[in-house]
Amino acid sequence: MARAVTTRHKITATTAAWVVAFLIFFPILYTILTSFKTEAEAIAGVSLIPSGTFENYVEVQSQRDYFKPFANSVIISVGSTLIALLIGIPAAWSMAFSPTRRTKDVLMWMLSTKMMPAVGVLVPMYLLFRDTGLLDTTSGLTMVLTLINLPIVIWMLYTYFREIPGEILEAARMDGASLFNEIVYVLTPMAVPGIASTMLLNIILAWNEAFWTIRLSAANAAPLTAFIASFSSPQGLFWAKLSAASTLAIAPILIMGWFSQKQLVRGLTFGAVK
Amino acid sequence: MGSITLNKVNKSFGATMVIPEIDLQIDDGEFVVFVGPSGCGKSTLLRLIAGLEDTSSGHITIDGRDVTAEAPAKRGLAMVFQSYALYPHMSVYNNIAFPLKMAGEDKGVIDKKVRDAARILNLTDYLERRPSQLSGGQRQRVAIGRAIVRQPKAFLFDEPLSNLDAALRGTMRLEISELHHQLATTMIYVTHDQVEAMTMADKIVVLNAGRIEQVGSPMDLYRSPRNLFVAGFIGSPRMNFVGGDTAKKLGADTIGVRPEHIEISRTSGEWPGTIGVTEHLGSDTFLHVHSDVAGTITARTSGEFDLHHGEHVFLTPNRGRIHRFDAEGAAIN
Repeated sequence: MARAVTTRHKITATTAAWVVAFLIFFPILYTILTSFKTEAEAIAGVSLIPSGTFENYVEVQSQRDYFKPFANSVIISVGSTLIALLIGIPAAWSMAFSPTRRTKDVLMWMLSTKMMPAVGVLVPMYLLFRDTGLLDTTSGLTMVLTLINLPIVIWMLYTYFREIPGEILEAARMDGASLFNEIVYVLTPMAVPGIASTMLLNIILAWNEAFWTIRLSAANAAPLTAFIASFSSPQGLFWAKLSAASTLAIAPILIMGWFSQKQLVRGLTFGAVK
Repeated sequence: MGSITLNKVNKSFGATMVIPEIDLQIDDGEFVVFVGPSGCGKSTLLRLIAGLEDTSSGHITIDGRDVTAEAPAKRGLAMVFQSYALYPHMSVYNNIAFPLKMAGEDKGVIDKKVRDAARILNLTDYLERRPSQLSGGQRQRVAIGRAIVRQPKAFLFDEPLSNLDAALRGTMRLEISELHHQLATTMIYVTHDQVEAMTMADKIVVLNAGRIEQVGSPMDLYRSPRNLFVAGFIGSPRMNFVGGDTAKKLGADTIGVRPEHIEISRTSGEWPGTIGVTEHLGSDTFLHVHSDVAGTITARTSGEFDLHHGEHVFLTPNRGRIHRFDAEGAAIN
């Protein structure tokens, strides 16, 4: 017997969903609220009503330049994503469409690199960067972000490509399409949603990455993550300014995420629903 | 023209031999059906001809030209897949036009050919739709349309009707046969359904475990199956097989009688038995009779025959229609 969905059920489920969503969103909300408080209010204790001052934003802007780290964030997140796609697409294609007995092992090995704690390789990485002159350069950071996100990019693309039936590609081959035409007219149009959502997710991951970007940059290449961190330094902790800086840092990605949420949800759930 | 010759074609996947070694001649304009149980290698054989799989050894020639090492597109064949394999992001029009675009035809020619194909296949009203907006039968027709616009040397069908319901399957069967008469092009058709094989083929190739068991016209295979496998596979319902003393008396290890070659009587006959299940199809009735002499036998009779579960009957096989097989399963003539 089909389960009857009563109105009470619906209300309970909806309320529960809102509560969970609110709990997840609360830290971000509190950051934004705090950014509109004075420093005194910020350390006074939990309060959801800020006095509504904009002085933190003005302070943050006057103390440090926001646009340089912003530009760096854009360069390294977009740059690393494009390079990861350039490597990931052919890799995922070949694994999805001409798998060998070892393909699964290769995929697992790639994923296993994500299980390693990053701090484990911090020292060798730092030394390598120092000795090759990559320390505090956007190209160095782009390279690191490309490498740490590549396994996820390949995994996502692989799952997506696996959903494209091989028979369609064979049909194209029978219809006289060359490999180039097969990719341009058949494969790419069918894979675009998958590539797009992979790209969006990877930009977000790269944008938010803090461990390597803070440790391998100083002034020149510092992205927004380092910009935030710089507000908890020598002069002491300034919660309200820190919050204002954080809000500024997450705003671009929050806005992008908002507009592309449909694409993102599809990207993250593909393969789950047939 | 579209004659295809397979010469000692062999295919292995790693250590697994799928097709040991096959020789086969397909004449121009013939409708050839590859039939056999699942996993008998019939689809693999079709894909070898298409060029979607490489042969491990042997040669494939089309119209006298060796195409063994050629890419699928160069062989001049068109294929209809079981899943239809339509391009989901293209309209019906563009799906049908795709092979022509790939061949670099100009727009006017493409348009004319696509519209002609659409008219033949009753798709004119659906040209602007996407495949997802079509029914199974319509999708199948689009797949056929995509195949016919190129005027290929031969059509390859890989179980094209198995995703359709029974009624539609019957209609599409007729349509494909009709198309064969219209186009007079070689067609190779793969199926596991012996009814499709019997009704459509000029020539049936019965495959089992990668080997060709027998090649012949539907009626040849029906009348004189070369061995037990073919005898059991061709014909519906299946041929009855009887061993033991009954077969020994006729000088065979096993004898086979088709359900339609058995007479049923209430009073006298060779094999007494009791009626088990009866299946009424309207025009025909199939009786499953349990006999001490011959085991369980299926007999076919006209639909009006009034016999019921548990009644005693006598079965008499038609002498002239008994097939005899030796210990290896080969037919004895």
